[in-house]
Amino acid sequence: MAKVVARREIAPQTVLLELEAPKIAAKRRPGQFVILKKDEAGERIPLTIAMADHARGTITVIFQMVGAGTRGLGAVPVGGEVMDVVGPLGKPTDIHKVGTVVSVGGGIGTAVAYPIAEAMKAMGNRVIGIIGARNKDLLILEDEFRKVADELLVTTDDGSYVRKGFVTDVLKEVIARGAPIAEVLAIGPVPMMKAVCKVTKEAGIKTVVSLNPIMIDGTGMCGGCRVDIGGQTKFACVDGPEFDGHLVNWDVLGTRLSAYKAHEQEACRLHGAEKR
Amino acid sequence: MTPENANPSPAPAPAGGKKQRPPRQKMPEQPAAERVRNFNEVPYGYSADLAQLEASRCLQCKKPACVDGCPVCVDIPGFIKKVAEGDFLGAARTLKADNSLPAVCGRVCPQEEQCEKLCVLAKKGESVAVGRLERFVADYERERGTGELPPKAPPSGFRVAVVGSGPAGLTCAGELVKKGHRVTVFEALHKAGGVLVYGIPEFRLPKAIVGAEVDYLRRLGVEIEFNAPVGKSETVDELLASGFDAVFIGTGAGLPYFMGIPGENLIGVYSANEYLTRSNLMKAYLFPEYATPIIRGRRVATIGGGNVAMDAARTALRLGAEKSIIVYRRSRQEMPARIEEIHHAEEEGLEFQLLTAPVRVLGDEAGRVKGLECLRMELGEPDASGRRRPVPIKGSEYVLDVDTVVVAIGNGPNPLIPQTTPGLATGKHGNITADEATGQTSKPGVFAGGDIVTGAATVILAMGAGRRAATAIDAYLRAKKPAG
Repeated sequence: MAKVVARREIAPQTVLLELEAPKIAAKRRPGQFVILKKDEAGERIPLTIAMADHARGTITVIFQMVGAGTRGLGAVPVGGEVMDVVGPLGKPTDIHKVGTVVSVGGGIGTAVAYPIAEAMKAMGNRVIGIIGARNKDLLILEDEFRKVADELLVTTDDGSYVRKGFVTDVLKEVIARGAPIAEVLAIGPVPMMKAVCKVTKEAGIKTVVSLNPIMIDGTGMCGGCRVDIGGQTKFACVDGPEFDGHLVNWDVLGTRLSAYKAHEQEACRLHGAEKR
Repeated sequence: MTPENANPSPAPAPAGGKKQRPPRQKMPEQPAAERVRNFNEVPYGYSADLAQLEASRCLQCKKPACVDGCPVCVDIPGFIKKVAEGDFLGAARTLKADNSLPAVCGRVCPQEEQCEKLCVLAKKGESVAVGRLERFVADYERERGTGELPPKAPPSGFRVAVVGSGPAGLTCAGELVKKGHRVTVFEALHKAGGVLVYGIPEFRLPKAIVGAEVDYLRRLGVEIEFNAPVGKSETVDELLASGFDAVFIGTGAGLPYFMGIPGENLIGVYSANEYLTRSNLMKAYLFPEYATPIIRGRRVATIGGGNVAMDAARTALRLGAEKSIIVYRRSRQEMPARIEEIHHAEEEGLEFQLLTAPVRVLGDEAGRVKGLECLRMELGEPDASGRRRPVPIKGSEYVLDVDTVVVAIGNGPNPLIPQTTPGLATGKHGNITADEATGQTSKPGVFAGGDIVTGAATVILAMGAGRRAATAIDAYLRAKKPAG
């Protein structure tokens, strides 16, 4: 059981949950994730740890309420409990001093990019942050990101805030400045990460991505989270979740993420009435 | 359904000769046509009358060979004698002295390869039904017993961490707690039982029974920490540094193998672990009341010939498949599944495509499975395993019309602990190296047993390893200075 100590809707359908999990808070490193299961009948939902507060003994996750599972989780009030919290899972990000790092966060992926950018900065790197969303309302963690980045560039798909364009447009401009970039870290929806990798591959810049395939146990047991990395099958839970973006087979990942679309609609119909 | 499976009344001894023995008694079970559409347990178990009659068949050998065949050395004639006398609770006491999970073993042990194989009566064709009697006694005690606990040694002051709550870990924990040690089991999942809850289906091992056996261990004093994937949540070294005097690792064979054929990442291709975990642990067969979904295939191919393959293929039927097909590259003789499981599967209408190897999974535009291309095989010379090696027949490719494929070709060792425990020696496949008799690993105070050491095997072998390790851990602790 983990108590919810804070809950905020930081954007439409986007919830931040701070949970009491002292052991995980003490142990976790940037890039790692937890699995949450709300109650007996709940799904096991993998979510990257966005923030951890060692002193308070809490971890924070940020997610979009898209399916029945995430809607149920997002409905747990402050003082309420999440039945099962497992972690920290996955390999931590390889944090090291390399020079200039560009951290790209798209949509909800910004919540995953943020702790890695924070750790990269703490290690002494120069961090350029690029965050984007479909529109102004969906943009998250701008203030937090600004504190850890040496430079933060913001964009919206529809131009409702700062500028119009995709994160890849901004990334191309940053690359065009000609200053050396040691590494790009890109986290967001599959089409965004795929597009970023295309840009960085052409520019010859090492790129790390964090993948969030469907998984159950998160400890290597089910193989549901398998991804194709350079023609080899890897399990995101134990081999990842971070991989060399230039080796990821994005089509396989995108397809596999759509496996339960019809089930999600059915579950949403059933649970819709109860939740809202 | 065959007539012999119709719910039998006790089969009496043939009239005539005074030395005539009654035949081996059948267990009543759900008719095949009914059970393929539900997840209820297949056999109903013996009635008291049937159990006593079956027990009366035991010769009470002076030197019982059956006990030699039991990995945990249950006093088989001892408990059977009490059944014959109608002292069912006494039988349970005898059984539980050596076996902490009798209701599980009575259901999933391959008795035909162990105790029953060595039964003197087996020479005449019909061994005593040890497994069915074990199951009867355990069920009787659970349902009507007083819940009495076996005697425990006085507290030793030592603490032991057991990693994994599968058959090896639970057995080791139960034995250690009886010896007076304080035991904490660390389980990565949210339920205890390991493969007993995520792998073996409800219709073969009801989860309520696993739950009752786990509760029994908790009443004995075993503590269980859930959601604790050791290696990630805490390392073995951290456990040793935080007050545990010894650690037992029973993390099992939990990393599914895939075949490496094209199309294996299409939607609708599952490892047996994932398919069974969704259905069993997460109760996807109750979707959407339970939130975890599963693809209910119309035509399902399961690749492999072991018990796990049978479990997956029979689960597919219960999820509503019109056709559930076992695809196995060798012939029936080489199938590693228990005879009883193959028999049950056949009754339920499973189709067997033997001497058949999958070559490629075919998908549609949406990336979903639409077929499985296979190749016919023939048996050649024996290979390293002594089984005749399957050899492809050229040009024999054909396509099976299926929309779901379950890969049940085995599992490798789970990597979380070997990766995070310096000084822990592993073999070339990543299994933990441990002494067979004691479970001692290369790291002092650290013991291991079950599938993580041997590779995928059976529940009872894992239990045997857990039990031997418990004896060794007890000796190791008592040789140390007295605790605190």
